Amino acid sequence: MSVAKEKRAAFWRGTRDGVPFLLVVVPFAVLFGVVGTEAGLPLAQVMGFSILVIAGAAQFTAVQLMVDHTPAIIVIVSALAVNLRMAMYSAALTPHLGTAKLWQRALVAYLCVDQSYACSHAEYERRPDLPLLAKLAYFVGTIWIIAPSWYVCTFLGALLGETIPEAWALDFAVPICFLALIGPALRTLAHVSAAMASVVGSLCLIWVPYNLGLILAAVIAMMIGAEVERRMEQSR
Amino acid sequence: MNSLQYSDLTIWVIIFVLGLGTFLLRFSFLGLIGRRGFPEWVLRHLRYTAVAVLPGLVAPLVIWPDATQGALDIPRLAAASATVLVGALTRNAIAAIFAGAGTLYSLLWLFG
Repeated sequence: MSVAKEKRAAFWRGTRDGVPFLLVVVPFAVLFGVVGTEAGLPLAQVMGFSILVIAGAAQFTAVQLMVDHTPAIIVIVSALAVNLRMAMYSAALTPHLGTAKLWQRALVAYLCVDQSYACSHAEYERRPDLPLLAKLAYFVGTIWIIAPSWYVCTFLGALLGETIPEAWALDFAVPICFLALIGPALRTLAHVSAAMASVVGSLCLIWVPYNLGLILAAVIAMMIGAEVERRMEQSR
Repeated sequence: MNSLQYSDLTIWVIIFVLGLGTFLLRFSFLGLIGRRGFPEWVLRHLRYTAVAVLPGLVAPLVIWPDATQGALDIPRLAAASATVLVGALTRNAIAAIFAGAGTLYSLLWLFG
């Protein structure tokens, strides 16, 4: 197959693999628009989050902490902590895309979200010998519909936000969204241990000022997750 | 209407710093060719960042909800449990959201 053909095929494979994730992305984006607006953010700032950050969980984290009147620096540190996994994604993509041009790598970095990473990494493991341009085309394929949908649906949610009555109990929409992300992430005993440590830790450390209790609890929980994983590997 | 106690500028700073920081996390390794990866122990910790932060963030919101001025609330507690349970069993975030919202609305309606 010629490179051009291979590139086109990879792009459409990526599109096909990425599109089903709209089922997750659309409701989350609408909800972020609603929640951001309800919190009191003007439209421009709600959109600013979705366009500049494009990371759902971190955006929700930031808005929730802002509603709780947390100092700005803690808002930033906590939301970045949620995004630390992105560095891991970056490391995992580098063997495949590391030789691309700088602007291409920068574009991949900006568009590297849970969905595009998960699809692309799986594809590169399946087809390690794809030429670089086909690998890039696949990545773009996974995200070219998802990312604009993220912006547009945030916008629709923000317009909707002010019209939603209190009886809908939207105060609980953010917790439910977070919890919905946690369930599927509880893949191993190590993940469950980390999650439990995080809950217990943050409840016990709630008295620590500036929400630092959460960060402390998260660090402890990460260490517990890593330690449980290490021991499970040893006992195998 | 604005319930947030930040100046407009502060909020923009939060958005820009968060955007830049997130980009740098994503760009980190892609940007620096040649560095093939983290040492194993760092990767081991990074695997747990999401499950280490999100449950701790959400736990106080479930136990002490704002809507009830911090009083423990059966519908919200049940909705939270249903969400995690269905999410863990189906591995499907959307199914989990429906389970949680369904539980919350039915119980709020029952307890009126």
